[in-house]
Amino acid sequence: MAALKETVSVVESIDVDAYKYGFSTDIESEKAPKGLNEDIVRYISAKKNEPAWLTQWRLDAYKRWLTMTEPNWARVHYPSVDYQDLYYYAAPKSTPGPKSLDDVDPELLRTYEKLGIPLREQEILAGVETRRVAVDAVFDSVSVATTFKEELGRAGVIFCPISEAVQTHPELVKKYLGSVVPVTDNFYATLNSAVFSDGSFVYIPKGVRCPMELSTYFRINEQKTGQFERTLIIADEGSYVSYLEGCTAPKRDENQLHAAVVELVALDDAEIKYSTVQNWYPGDSEGRGGIYNFVTKRGDCRGRNSHISWTQVETGSAITWKYPSCILRGEGSQGEFYSIAVSNGYQQVDSGTKMLHLGKNTKSRIISKGISAGRSQNTYRGQVSAHRKADGARNFTQCDSLLIGQDCGAHTVPYIESKNPSAQFEHEATTSKISEDQLFYAMQRGLPAEEATALIVNGFVRDVLQQLPMEFAVEAQKLISISLEGSVG
Amino acid sequence: MAQFAAAAGDAFAPMYEEMKLRGAAGLRTAAWETFAAKGLPNRRVESWHYTDLKAALARPAPLAIARGGVEVARAHDSIRLVVLDGAFRPELSDLAALPRGVTVQPLREALTQGTPGIMALLASDDVRTDDAALSLNTALMQDGVVLRIADGVTIERPIEIAGVLSSEEARSSFTRSLVVLGKGARATIVETAGDLTGVAAQDNQALIVRLAPGAMLDLFTHAAGQGETQTRVMSLVAHLDEGAALSAFSLIEGAGLLRRQMFVRIDGEHARLALQGATLARGRDHVDVTLVVDHAKPNGQSRERFRNILDGSSAGVFQGKTIVRPGAQKTDGVMQSKAVLLSDSATMNNKPELEIFADDVQCGHGATCGRLDKDQLFYLMARGVPRGEAEMLLIEGFANEAFEGFGNEALRSFISARVSHWMSGRAA
Amino acid sequence: MTMLEVKNLHVSVGDREILKGLTLTVKPGEVAAIMGPNGTGKSTLSYVISGREGYEINEGEVLLDGENILDLEPHERAAKGVFLAFQYPVEIPGVGTMTFLKAAMNAQRRARGEEELATPDFMKCVKDASAKLGVSQEMLKRPLNSGFSGGEKKRMDILQMALLQPRLGILDETDSGLDIDALRVVSEGVNSLRAPDRAFLVITHYQRLLDYIKPDTVHVMAQGIIQRSGGPELALELEKHGYQDYLSEEAA
Repeated sequence: MAALKETVSVVESIDVDAYKYGFSTDIESEKAPKGLNEDIVRYISAKKNEPAWLTQWRLDAYKRWLTMTEPNWARVHYPSVDYQDLYYYAAPKSTPGPKSLDDVDPELLRTYEKLGIPLREQEILAGVETRRVAVDAVFDSVSVATTFKEELGRAGVIFCPISEAVQTHPELVKKYLGSVVPVTDNFYATLNSAVFSDGSFVYIPKGVRCPMELSTYFRINEQKTGQFERTLIIADEGSYVSYLEGCTAPKRDENQLHAAVVELVALDDAEIKYSTVQNWYPGDSEGRGGIYNFVTKRGDCRGRNSHISWTQVETGSAITWKYPSCILRGEGSQGEFYSIAVSNGYQQVDSGTKMLHLGKNTKSRIISKGISAGRSQNTYRGQVSAHRKADGARNFTQCDSLLIGQDCGAHTVPYIESKNPSAQFEHEATTSKISEDQLFYAMQRGLPAEEATALIVNGFVRDVLQQLPMEFAVEAQKLISISLEGSVG
Repeated sequence: MAQFAAAAGDAFAPMYEEMKLRGAAGLRTAAWETFAAKGLPNRRVESWHYTDLKAALARPAPLAIARGGVEVARAHDSIRLVVLDGAFRPELSDLAALPRGVTVQPLREALTQGTPGIMALLASDDVRTDDAALSLNTALMQDGVVLRIADGVTIERPIEIAGVLSSEEARSSFTRSLVVLGKGARATIVETAGDLTGVAAQDNQALIVRLAPGAMLDLFTHAAGQGETQTRVMSLVAHLDEGAALSAFSLIEGAGLLRRQMFVRIDGEHARLALQGATLARGRDHVDVTLVVDHAKPNGQSRERFRNILDGSSAGVFQGKTIVRPGAQKTDGVMQSKAVLLSDSATMNNKPELEIFADDVQCGHGATCGRLDKDQLFYLMARGVPRGEAEMLLIEGFANEAFEGFGNEALRSFISARVSHWMSGRAA
Repeated sequence: MTMLEVKNLHVSVGDREILKGLTLTVKPGEVAAIMGPNGTGKSTLSYVISGREGYEINEGEVLLDGENILDLEPHERAAKGVFLAFQYPVEIPGVGTMTFLKAAMNAQRRARGEEELATPDFMKCVKDASAKLGVSQEMLKRPLNSGFSGGEKKRMDILQMALLQPRLGILDETDSGLDIDALRVVSEGVNSLRAPDRAFLVITHYQRLLDYIKPDTVHVMAQGIIQRSGGPELALELEKHGYQDYLSEEAA
């Protein structure tokens, strides 16, 4: 079909350089010396004025990390990372812990303004008048601003940089840090444990429904700098929180490393909705540069009837290695994973989830939509397992892949493991290209090829977009369009 | 662990030294080196993710030796070729009944004589995989049959390649048969693996199938081992040329550890493939069905449908990978694996994979696992069928589903009877 | 004399009470229609009478010929003559239709202490009944309900009713998804089974089915109980006014 060929050829010619967040901010920063050793770990810990137990925790992680090797089971290929050729700490010099927004360097505020992130509390996202979002902005290794802290404080919600929580709520940090993703979990998580710089900390007290969306915005700016943020969210009994995460980075020829750890803990009857729009720099049209996104995200449904839901829209990064997972420990707990992963150019995505059913009557649902274009490779990798005691466990998985153009790949690797006869698992996967019938139908009704493609792609990812808070959904939809620019208007 | 591997490798080494002298030394050496480099696979080898062959074959049994005076009962109305204790036995086989256009040659003869077409086939990329069990089979192959059906010949009566072990003590057996169909040829082949004594046999059996353009083969494979302590690997390596059609049905009755592995390459346009089968396992049986369907050419169709019925403390495994190579456009592939767990301690692991490098394809897979369907059970009981009988009907139906599309009535009846027999063993 | 007696039946699913003290009586030979808006518990009633799992019976009795059947397994109720024609007959791939029919007929015969049918007699029974209902031999060769159209599934259910000769036939929304021709065939099948010692409970949302299967009594069900009972004229009244009156009470 001519129209489809045309669409494909347009996609192939996409200028990945169209990445609109690719500017860098010229701001003076303070860095730790290049490379990684015990002194660097101590340096980071000292910078954060951490208690001795945390310094030791980091050092233990570092020692452990030295014995580990990078995982190689994912379908991603890249030259090995020289971990001694990176900076592990970079902070904008002008902000030694801002007291209020007025203290934040205007250059930084302009950066976030350009990115469309509201750091002024009166600001709101375009088109949405009623909803407010509290933002924690993380610039390279440190949090530069957190909004709406006071109002959240009145509700008893703690929302602050994790470095601050270490000082102000050490008992909570000590109790939960590393309790979901152990220090020894995997190469990247262990590295993160040793050198994590900042990230967000959230605690929602018993019975509290968080009065607004919480959001963290991550920005890598410095060259040759790894970003290792650490997020810890605890939803106490009967509480609810919706948390959003966004990320961008400047265009750089080199590959930058991002190895984050996110830990979620949901106690009895608590619910956490965690949404990500990941738009790290994907590299240029030749596959140069871009972020290596090696992220460990895991939620622990520790309490009865607790509920954790991951929603992700992944459009960026040169390499994505990411499996937001749920440990369904509490009886009747629920885990969900909704994902859209778009890859174009030379991007490589290996992403999916794990749903580990440990408790009785636990339920999980996985909806994954992969879209591959250009010369990219897009893999869904997932695990669903039922332990002996997981009576009545249920899982439904739907994994769909859409291919645009003949030089890309779409792969599906699910592991479905049941040790309990009353567990009911259902898995379905499909791979296809955009239906010529659908395309013709839309074009016959007058839509140009690109719009018709956009329409169909939007339909394809709809189930997942619906899971996002509305303003994020709009943003995500735009992002998907930009990522597939050429085929989608 | 490394020591362990070395131990197993050492135990196979004398067998290799012995077999190297029986022809195809080059092939054997290459395969032995592939095998010896990594040894037997444990679960860290991704394609053996759920089956630890290394542990199962920690102590390899000595090679099987041909014996006289053994009678092998017939299970099918077929033209039977018997491979007993690792050796093809012409005197037990129906060579006189072979129709025109069919030739049979002992594999050991083809290897010692270096029969050109056969050596080329054995050296082809399809057969030279890095799979440890298959490499070991190549390195140590004792005997088997080379069955050739000429262009345009249709054989109505099934030809059976009966693999049997008769030894009273544990033996290893490495057999390999080849089935080569000429252009437009048609046949039904029955392949069995069984034993007369139920001892802890170690059986490694391979079938190499090559279908010329337009050839059509129905293959029925029956794993009919006895006892609970056997280790058996049954490999199928098939290559389909343009317009060829292979329908391979497997009935697997567990008897210890069993791996049914199938590697099929679709290497011509408009070829059609169906891989179907059912696993019946109980006790401590471990049954692993692993398959790789490799679409290398456009317009291919593949259908995989497997059913696992797991009782006792048995473990079922299904690993299925559909690969669509760049340029293999218009591929249509559907894979389905369903499992029903009949007891509290049975387990099932499903790993259906898609690896797609061409865009204009329709591929999918589905996997389910659980108990018998409650709605179906209620429907049957609401019609007056008591629970036990209703379960039996559903389980038999569940198994029979795997053989849908298999046109051979006699073999279908045989399968149904085996399933019923197995079920009756459950009730006892 | 009554055949079916439902007394003060309270049934819940999970935390939700669906039947809230339902009482209903059906005499031998009677065709009783139960009409009501969607989601009112009509299907629940049919499942509870036939013994499906998943319903908590909190109070009440269901008597068939004076005997409480609530403690019986579904197949025991079937042997006593309860037949449910499903709203959505279940597909059972892999189980041959004939295999199933024979298993069901013989199981019921055994339960009643009768001889099992010999294969030729069984074949004849099925052949005669299927001819009447327009069930083709080809359909009988397929796995049970697998790949059948909606109409074919319903005909298969009525064929089973004809073969099993129940005391009480429950038709659960048998008209849903049927075109006019299929509806006529199915209704004729039911009508031909009407007999002085057999009763029917016809559950439906619409009057349409009752044009074909003329009820003796009509019961309006809403909010988990029978709101009103009457003769066939009640159905016509409902057709005119809908279920508004009964729904508004619910709102109140």
